[in-house]
Amino acid sequence: MIWPRPAQISRRTLRVWQRNFTVYSRTWKISFLPPLLEPLLYILAFGVGLAVMVGELQYGGRVLSYTVFIAPALVSVAIMYNAFFETTYNSFVRMYWQKTYDALLATPLNLEEIILGEMLWAATKSLIAATLMSIVISLCGLFEFPGALMLIPLALLGGLLFAALGMICTALVPGIEMFNLPIFLGVTPMFLFSGTFFPLQNLPGWAQAVAQLLPLTHLVALVRGCSLHFWSGTLWLSLLYLLMATAVLLPLAIALMVRRIVK
Amino acid sequence: MDIVQVESLRKTYGDLHAVKDISFNVRKGECFGLLGPNGAGKTTTIRMLYGYTPRDAGKLTLFGLDIDDDIREIKRRIGICQQEDSLDPDLSVLENLVGYARYFSISKQRSVQRAAELLEFFALQSRASDKIAILSGGLKRRLMLARALVNDPELLILDEPTTGLDPQSRQLLWEKLAALKRRGLSILLTTHYMEEAERLCDRLVIVDHGEILVEGKPSNLVRERVGHSVLEIAEPDQKVRDFLAAETCRVEDLGNRLLVYLDDGDQLFLKLTREVRTEGCTLRPAGLEDLFLKLTGRELRE
Repeated sequence: MIWPRPAQISRRTLRVWQRNFTVYSRTWKISFLPPLLEPLLYILAFGVGLAVMVGELQYGGRVLSYTVFIAPALVSVAIMYNAFFETTYNSFVRMYWQKTYDALLATPLNLEEIILGEMLWAATKSLIAATLMSIVISLCGLFEFPGALMLIPLALLGGLLFAALGMICTALVPGIEMFNLPIFLGVTPMFLFSGTFFPLQNLPGWAQAVAQLLPLTHLVALVRGCSLHFWSGTLWLSLLYLLMATAVLLPLAIALMVRRIVK
Repeated sequence: MDIVQVESLRKTYGDLHAVKDISFNVRKGECFGLLGPNGAGKTTTIRMLYGYTPRDAGKLTLFGLDIDDDIREIKRRIGICQQEDSLDPDLSVLENLVGYARYFSISKQRSVQRAAELLEFFALQSRASDKIAILSGGLKRRLMLARALVNDPELLILDEPTTGLDPQSRQLLWEKLAALKRRGLSILLTTHYMEEAERLCDRLVIVDHGEILVEGKPSNLVRERVGHSVLEIAEPDQKVRDFLAAETCRVEDLGNRLLVYLDDGDQLFLKLTREVRTEGCTLRPAGLEDLFLKLTGRELRE
């Protein structure tokens, strides 16, 4: 396996991003709908339906309504989904069926730039989704400002991390149907057990320890901490986790894709 | 001047020697052909030329630049038309050209102008806003070729440009390629269509099993290696065989068909048709296909 070197990356990387942006912006009216509607659906279902049974909960020394508790988690999950699904299904289609990477390799671009550009784009999708959702949630009065503004860099960081995880899956799966495996074994458990819909403290001790290994746990902690103004020292640890994981996984994703494509 | 210099190029996949120490040069302004049956190593060779596939050994120099030092500069100056359709299905015909120009850092204004020129040259103007999915195979090929020219390359690399096209599309592409050559563009193409090579190539190599078998001008190669003309005899009987056995000539026996390679004149053909039989006997000029089959054999490859 050959690790990417910084010297291999030029500004041309942004051309790959631009290609995906051009295609996305053509259908922005449709692409904008899910992040705008999703929080409303969840708030309706959980806030009206489930919250009646759950009521309020104690979290971080404050009493929160259940809707307020899950709102940051919804944004975190959207950050994960947007990036992960972009670099799995969408990137795989471009790589395997559309031969987009082949076409780009016949230009001055190199493979390292193509893969990085794809991941930057996936993180951008996370940012767009997180921003739109946060606007809706803020309009419902569920977020605190200025802390919620931290979601912009967090969406980019989390987006890059999950984009890298998705790209690693793309580099390893033999066929597109195999994405079910990382989704079933990784994404869905994270969706449920990362402090998203209930506080991690509700889990048995060993399960809490496992949850601390999951990247979504730390993204949820940071997003919730910032958007609801729960400031604590452990947020720095979560940030460190995300930064370090991204710093390792991003080049790893590029190296694995190079290993897959270059023969 | 040599625009491409390939020296002892080698690529091995496990036990398969895809390319075994191939060397050739492409001169400025010429069309150079890489001919060979399927699996001969043509595409692998082409892919190593633009860094898509890393080589195991050998030296590659394009425009006097070493591929290891100046791959980006080299890729900026060549146009590559790959064998498989790699058009962007998310974009329209025009956007495929303009969008592709961005990867070469060509200004928006220049790329729009260039795209318009290319659409006109390839008679695609009326399809400019069409989606790729509704284009026929011939139109897609034309667009692939147009896209390969978007950066105004000094060298055009074509990997089997007309495979799978109908005769009309093929004729049109050949005309366009000939026109590009007249303008001074150097072309390197792979093909297994002999008509294509005879029509376009100034010089060519025939490769098989990763090795170069012959190199030269197509007409010279045919004359030297095959002869001037070929006498074909369908359903030969013993009388014909006896007649040929008494003559000094090269005969290839395919069972229900005989091929007789003639170096000069048509004396043998006249004698045969006068003295033995006329039906099923055809005299035709020797062609590249005769040479190709002679060198690479007649058995099926895949």
